[in-house]
Amino acid sequence: MGIENALGDGYFTTKIDALTNWARSNAAWPMPMGLACCAIEMMSFAAPKYDAARFGSEVMRFSPRQSDVMIVAGWVNYKMAHAVRRIWDQMPDPKWCIAMGACASTGGMHRCYGVVQGCDNFLPVDAYVSGCPPRPDALLHALMQIQDKIRTEHSVTLDT
Amino acid sequence: MDLELSEPLQKVIDGLTEDFSSKIIDVYQSTGDTFVRVEPDAIVEVCRSLKEKHHFIYLANILGADRFTASERFEVIYNMVSLRDRERLFVKVWLEEEDPRVDSVTPVWNSANWYERQVYDMFGVTFNNHPDMRRIYMPEDFDYYPLRKEFPLLGIPGSIPLPTSTPDTE
Repeated sequence: MGIENALGDGYFTTKIDALTNWARSNAAWPMPMGLACCAIEMMSFAAPKYDAARFGSEVMRFSPRQSDVMIVAGWVNYKMAHAVRRIWDQMPDPKWCIAMGACASTGGMHRCYGVVQGCDNFLPVDAYVSGCPPRPDALLHALMQIQDKIRTEHSVTLDT
Repeated sequence: MDLELSEPLQKVIDGLTEDFSSKIIDVYQSTGDTFVRVEPDAIVEVCRSLKEKHHFIYLANILGADRFTASERFEVIYNMVSLRDRERLFVKVWLEEEDPRVDSVTPVWNSANWYERQVYDMFGVTFNNHPDMRRIYMPEDFDYYPLRKEFPLLGIPGSIPLPTSTPDTE
């Protein structure tokens, strides 16, 4: 029944959406926006012990043109916010954002005039990680949440 | 008040009171440190004498403080170290709330340049004859002095612009 019979062995049919999302979700290259102590935990997230390579995210890209997920690790002050937003705008679509730690999510303990109270004030954040700083496994969990989100997206649209 | 000064510091205080008797307002000790408050118009001479006669060659920091008093509201604190005698000395000046100004000590210590810019940035104290009197942390067009007591903790909404948050595809 269906096209499989006609194709014979060695063929597999699927949806183009599923195929794209499978590829995208397993190669979400991070853009490490390391701004404070969370960046140290982000490094061990990529290092062999916690090993982000298991999820296809071992390639930390310091070029925004080659990255898919921005990890905002640390507090963002008003001066830095413009640079972060500029790098975000340089990342090609589709892109996702993780706010790592209390400071990136809400401003955290930096409740003062110079620090943006949460990077969602100027970035569309997909996953928030609590903790100060969060453990690398918490960041891995956020990455898995992003993967789940990618897998449920409609990636391919008909060009009419 | 009795001062318990070490031998080198006693020499410094004696030298200062001899050279600048009319300019020294107060000498006191607190939590193990020695403080000298001087007239603001004499700060450069006092600092030059401390550096050249008493070997305070290392200016560790310059701090500002908002005492929030009716008169002489702002305070500038010079924290200097004599590496030869292993002594630390704090020199203070008090300034009026209206247009606080004091002469820069950059001719004495070059390192005072950024410290004074920081005090200017946070408290609005202007330093005369400073080579580069600009803000150092806050944006240049910022209208307030954030460490003054009347400045709210979370800042003034909208005083520093955030980047646009509209999606860049629109």
